[in-house]
Amino acid sequence: MTAHSTTKQFKSNATRAIADTQLTGNLKAVRQNFIDKRAKAAHELPEFEALRENAKEIKNHTLAHLDLYLEKYEAKVTETGGHVHFARDAEEARKIALEICRKVGAKTVTKGKSMITEEVGLNAYLEANGVTPVETDLGEYIIQLRGEAPSHIIAPAVHLNKAQIESDFRRVHTHLDPARDLTEKTALLTEARAVLREQFLIADVGITGANFLIAETGTSIIVTNEGNGDLTQILPKVHIVMASIEKMVPTLEDVSQILRLLARSATGQEMSVYTTLSTGPKRSGDVDGPEEYHVIILDNGRSAMLGGEFQDMLRCIRCAACMNHCPVYHQIGGHAYGWIYPGPMGSVLTPSLIGVDEAGHLPNASTFCGRCESVCPMKIPLPKMMRHWREREFERNLNPAVARYGLGFWAFFARRPKLYSLATRLAMKMMKLASRGKGSFRSLPGVGAWTKHRDLAVPEGETFQAKWKNARRG
Amino acid sequence: MFRKAQGCCRVAASKRLAKCLLRPLQPAQERGSIPPRISPGGGLCPVNNLVSSPTSAPSAGRQGKRVALFATCLVDTMRPTIGFAAAKLLEDAGCIVEVPSQTCCGQPAYNSGDRKTAKALALQMIAEFERFDYVVVPSGSCGGMIIKHYPELFAGDPNLAGRAERLAAKTFELISFLTGVLGITGVSATFDGTVTYHDSCSGLRELGIQSQPRQLLASVQGLRLVEMKDNDVCCGFGGTFAVKYSEISDKIVTEKSNNVEASEAGTLLAGDLGCLLNMAGKLSRQGSKVEVRHIAEVLAGITDTPAIGKAAPAQEVTP
Repeated sequence: MTAHSTTKQFKSNATRAIADTQLTGNLKAVRQNFIDKRAKAAHELPEFEALRENAKEIKNHTLAHLDLYLEKYEAKVTETGGHVHFARDAEEARKIALEICRKVGAKTVTKGKSMITEEVGLNAYLEANGVTPVETDLGEYIIQLRGEAPSHIIAPAVHLNKAQIESDFRRVHTHLDPARDLTEKTALLTEARAVLREQFLIADVGITGANFLIAETGTSIIVTNEGNGDLTQILPKVHIVMASIEKMVPTLEDVSQILRLLARSATGQEMSVYTTLSTGPKRSGDVDGPEEYHVIILDNGRSAMLGGEFQDMLRCIRCAACMNHCPVYHQIGGHAYGWIYPGPMGSVLTPSLIGVDEAGHLPNASTFCGRCESVCPMKIPLPKMMRHWREREFERNLNPAVARYGLGFWAFFARRPKLYSLATRLAMKMMKLASRGKGSFRSLPGVGAWTKHRDLAVPEGETFQAKWKNARRG
Repeated sequence: MFRKAQGCCRVAASKRLAKCLLRPLQPAQERGSIPPRISPGGGLCPVNNLVSSPTSAPSAGRQGKRVALFATCLVDTMRPTIGFAAAKLLEDAGCIVEVPSQTCCGQPAYNSGDRKTAKALALQMIAEFERFDYVVVPSGSCGGMIIKHYPELFAGDPNLAGRAERLAAKTFELISFLTGVLGITGVSATFDGTVTYHDSCSGLRELGIQSQPRQLLASVQGLRLVEMKDNDVCCGFGGTFAVKYSEISDKIVTEKSNNVEASEAGTLLAGDLGCLLNMAGKLSRQGSKVEVRHIAEVLAGITDTPAIGKAAPAQEVTP
């Protein structure tokens, strides 16, 4: 089992999110910032479009030879004194991580921000087995205090505002002076930093994700802004990297091209504050670094995507540009999607990983506006793949019966032009008649989902084709 | 002027039934509401209201091009005015416009995952439209379906891939056809008012339609274009999305209608009737005074019909 999903309740999740004015206000407050910064960063780099094309090719090549690169990577990590563990699914990944922790008698584990450990539900598992995980990325730390999942893949607490965070800090940090002033953002930051510093020093194991794994050198890379990731992987005796198979990139040269896209697409930075490369454990003569270096490489359904119509999704570098530009995400935030990965990338990936039976709503909950694809640094055809999921659902009759019958009814006419012409002429006449001279319907039987929120324009009365024929015979 | 139906259907019994049912309901004003082609009314130049760029092909070169107008199912059923406006723009540019038998491009089926129906409808389109020099569509969304997705639907099919690609290659969205193929740089219509233009998603991102409508709008006498905030953001329509996820759609279109209002434009224009119906529906629900029209109506000078969702001013239908 992977992390718990509520994607089946997507509609009620969304309804709840929409009704939550604090949430929608918080989402609105940050939305434009992401969009403007990315646009500026992309605009200022003349080769941005060329880099997108290159990055796509690099990943396509890597995915086409993923087995070879994984083997190469494993050999390199081993050569540098590290250990590679392959995990078929979430459970294997969790067990391997726990086993490493147990071997060194770990009580406390610090964690860098990692969506993969969220995917496998690592924190809950470690806790249940007597190991305390401490999230050290500020956003992750906040949501850990709240017992929530991330609502965004690079800004996990983006759904919260400062007052909510202050209230959480006061609730949890009871050892601090209740009269302290936390009105400034910097005060919150300073407090989190002080609390986390103690954890960095007592941690036995540090667990991070990886933005990239480099086959050529056996290196893992993390891209961060807070520096917590570095402390997580350098201070404890043991560093565990948990990453999924598609993080592979052949060479340092390749990754340097993709890195130029990542931060620009994500936060609009040219580069993130820290881009940290880790290769093996501490060598003799190194001033710092872990004594043990483990990499857990997770499949969890991804190898089944190779060679199929969803393979392109494995190019994703988790920049979040798609959700930052998604009109649906903007309205409902990340939690409504019901699993780890929200927004357009999640709407393609989630059905691949937990099944379309479970996540069937997600690829449907898109207007296909295409803005996600237009900003994706890896040029992933997200709407196209959402459509492929709809096709799988249609084939298996997973979509609602009313939608299927509605479509079938309409198709029956659309495939018979003469009958269609007659039927539409009659229907339009009847609608026109029913309107009693008004311009719009405020409600109309059968289209309640439309007229619940907006009026429906009354048709002009005659169809274009009929009018045209009449006109041209005149 | 237009006459009453003389029978559009060859199924005799159905035809009689249709006639009986349809004829009495055809409102007189409405027949008169569509100006005849090349009309001196509405501020139009009686001969040709289009302006070509000096660098474009000489107008003689495009005379006589047989253009099939695919009105789209929404225009066909909901707002024929747009079809006539499109036809007028094309004919003014010297094209010979025909309206072949048509239903739907298949996009609703395609986007619902029903490839079989989508293919059947695409094939119906191909068979009916492939004999023309060009196919022109007053919609970026349906145009995008034919131009971008038909080739994808039939990719690898030895019999149909070529036909789909050939149809795609000669199919154009209306505005980009006028500017890009015919070299039109302006129209001589007049419109007294401030408009704002919504960039519909498929036209914008699949077909790159952004500057063309603005270029033509700039040539409309009396028209002032003000850009609204987030003019390139989806209106929340998304075809069946608007009913399947109506609450989310409502939140998106509410932002859009608020942006329209904030622009202080008196008229909202776009190039896709689906989006227009959605935005007009929301504006109407909010009691807005903003009028909503397809851009072709303004460019063709056909603005004497009621705006989308607005009632005709006079005593129009008395059942």
